[in-house]
Amino acid sequence: MLTNVTTDTTPRLATPPGAPPRLPIKSASKELGIFILLVVLCVVASIKNPNFAHIENVQNLSRTIGLFGIFSLGLGLIIITSGIDLTVGSVFALAGVILSIMLVDKQWNPVLSVVLILGLTMGLGLLHSLLITKIPLQPFIVTLCGLLFYRGLARFIANDETKGFGNAHGFETLQKLATGDVAGVPMPFVILMVFSVIMWVVLHRSVYGRHLYAVGRNEEAARYSGINSQRVIITTYVIAGLLTGFSAILIAFYTNSISPSTHGNSYELYGIAAAVVGGCSLRGGEGSIIGILIGAALIQVLQNLVNLLNIPSSLNFAVMGSVILLGVIADELAKRRAARVK
Amino acid sequence: MSISDAMPDPILEMKGISKRFAGVQALKDVSLKLYPAEVIALIGENGAGKSTLMKTLGGVHQPDEGEILINGKPVKITGVKDSIRAGISFIHQELNVLDNLDVAGNVYLGREPLRGPLRLIDTARMAADTQPFLDQLGLNVSSRTPLKNLSLAQQQMVEIAKALSLNSRILIMDEPTSSLTLSETDRLLTVVEDLRSKGVSVIYISHRLGEIKRIADRVIGLRDGRNAGGLSRAEISHDSMIKLMVGRDIDKTHMAHDTSALPVRFSVSGLRTRKYPQKEVEFEIRRGEILGMAGLVGAGRSEAAQAIFGIDSSLAGTFTLDGKKLSIKSASDGIKNGIYLVPEDRRRCGLITDLPIRNNITLPALNRYAVAGLVNGDKERVSAQKASKALNVKTPSVEFLAKNLSGGNQQKVVLAKWLSLEPKLMIFDEPTRGIDVGAKAEIYELMRNLAKEGVAILMISSDMEEVLSLSDRVAVMHEGRVTGILPFDKCSEESIMQFAVGGERPATGDRPQEQGAAAV
Repeated sequence: MLTNVTTDTTPRLATPPGAPPRLPIKSASKELGIFILLVVLCVVASIKNPNFAHIENVQNLSRTIGLFGIFSLGLGLIIITSGIDLTVGSVFALAGVILSIMLVDKQWNPVLSVVLILGLTMGLGLLHSLLITKIPLQPFIVTLCGLLFYRGLARFIANDETKGFGNAHGFETLQKLATGDVAGVPMPFVILMVFSVIMWVVLHRSVYGRHLYAVGRNEEAARYSGINSQRVIITTYVIAGLLTGFSAILIAFYTNSISPSTHGNSYELYGIAAAVVGGCSLRGGEGSIIGILIGAALIQVLQNLVNLLNIPSSLNFAVMGSVILLGVIADELAKRRAARVK
Repeated sequence: MSISDAMPDPILEMKGISKRFAGVQALKDVSLKLYPAEVIALIGENGAGKSTLMKTLGGVHQPDEGEILINGKPVKITGVKDSIRAGISFIHQELNVLDNLDVAGNVYLGREPLRGPLRLIDTARMAADTQPFLDQLGLNVSSRTPLKNLSLAQQQMVEIAKALSLNSRILIMDEPTSSLTLSETDRLLTVVEDLRSKGVSVIYISHRLGEIKRIADRVIGLRDGRNAGGLSRAEISHDSMIKLMVGRDIDKTHMAHDTSALPVRFSVSGLRTRKYPQKEVEFEIRRGEILGMAGLVGAGRSEAAQAIFGIDSSLAGTFTLDGKKLSIKSASDGIKNGIYLVPEDRRRCGLITDLPIRNNITLPALNRYAVAGLVNGDKERVSAQKASKALNVKTPSVEFLAKNLSGGNQQKVVLAKWLSLEPKLMIFDEPTRGIDVGAKAEIYELMRNLAKEGVAILMISSDMEEVLSLSDRVAVMHEGRVTGILPFDKCSEESIMQFAVGGERPATGDRPQEQGAAAV
């Protein structure tokens, strides 16, 4: 656009001549900060209540970290595009209800059922991203509508009755993915680690990952470099849909009963919190797999602390909210100081 | 010039105004007088300092040196409020109206009349008070009309109504007709004449010499931020104004040569863009030729470039590269065919400034450094280092963030993105804007070397010196179409300016010119 420039006298030089160029900010420092916070919390917890470090508690904790971590990875990717996904919790309810109907009521093949669920959640991701890129609508609006719609749909399909897997037979192997262990390590945590490695490679080593950061940071410049930004965004929502699907299945088996009006309620906020605490910026273009993982762990440790330190469980959300807020403020202050030092 | 002693005292006097921006002398010792009930036209090339000078009156910029006197009394204008208090109203090229309010709401924005103990906005009074101003301007709408229902020209009238309601004695209009149709322009000029007869003084900035001839009592020229002289009413003519704008004899270190024998590399015809859907752009560039593209700001040059690159798809147009017809629908189509754009807005479109130099350089062609979708970091780094070194980017390492480089070095990074990808057509949009002299010379040399290798180069530039010293031929655009193509030996500031303001001279180009351009 040329239109609004009549004279070009505004300064455009980045640094005064002679000033030495600045070193790139090491993004690892961000993850280190939150990792230290996580360690401190764990140490405090185990001093205050030795049960924290007890093997059983650690196992339970890592199981929930696994369950919540998997979809947090997907949400993190979406946040890097400068988007958001509020549908996760409702999708959990919808997928859980449908899964129960397929396995228990219809007695379908478990593998087929899983494939259908993953297809459903990826399809929803595709739908959201098409609405976001092609119409275009704001991600917040699209997924807010999804949050309402899928919750309603889940309740309708289930007739507002609690669905579940009870003691049904034929899909015990599937259930073991949520409730079983490998050499004492809970399966969900193992699965999270596998996904983390894959997603780390995808985000930090692949061409797609690089394009994702470029689009999230400056979509205009990415387009001027020939990147199909819409395709990058669509791919991201579909990948996130896949991860949400895996989480949905595991969480359904973990709870073993699905009350369509409450199942997964506000879980998307756990994922968003994990990503933001882990260093993803809602402005996009910033964040890492390691950060999201640490963030997801931190959120679960906080929940666990509330129980173990005899804090009234009604304060659960309040504690989580304050710690996240403090973490984000500390990060912002550190950033500002770093900028001033330069 | 004949400003006689019998003239009344000036309503506005600017004395010795100077303004520097980070190393750029935007204004140097500029003086100007404006008398009551007078229309003066302020003319000059892009970047001559017209808008900067007016912005010191509007309270946008404060002059480093100099004095502003209103009715003989010195005033300090440090903000828009001071400016309004001094009786000045500024109608910017981009209108400052809120289209979610009605007409009256815009006229009284920020000084709404209030009523009752709750101090609610007195919309009835606002509407009633606004209406007379609208009627005075012949704007046949109710003051309750939502602004978004008005045409651009009508919205502009609302701004003038606002000026009237503020009882402004000085009205500044910056390119007020740039988006108006001919009849709307005529209407606006009538309003200006009417305001003058009511004692309002107007400073009128425009590139349209025809309008100036009609309404200006005096013309003041600016050149490179300095006074370039003036013209009295009797002296105003098309040629005298062009001479006043261009003036200097520039040192022509012309590197251009005759390229008429070279084979055509790229041609475009029937190109219509969203900005000028009714106009068609047509030109061709030969192998190894630098085609300069001159024209005034808003002539549609960038839009044409963006359509050729594919970042904004065109409404229609035929592109031919090396005899092959191309279909260009997106930037990746342009890139696939070796057509690259170095955009005007480096920091928004050219670079991702928060990423390292390496990522920026390799972004368009990451797949080259990747196996099975995974980037080979070493291969990528080596390539980025090579490109960075070849272009002499001054940085200790390609891992530094692009935002920490100077403008010139940033521009080299943008170039480095494309040069390793075997360009066939390179489009430069204002390639040296905001770049210091040393880096400028390096970029010129690079462009020359590219041309030597057979690359066709399209260089959009508003810097006349740049156009004249670098171009083998110059295409001049005016309001969405190419009004003239000048071969290297026929290029001069005067001849370019003639076409840039829409003038139709006997074609001096190497192809016949269509007749019937927009009337000036």
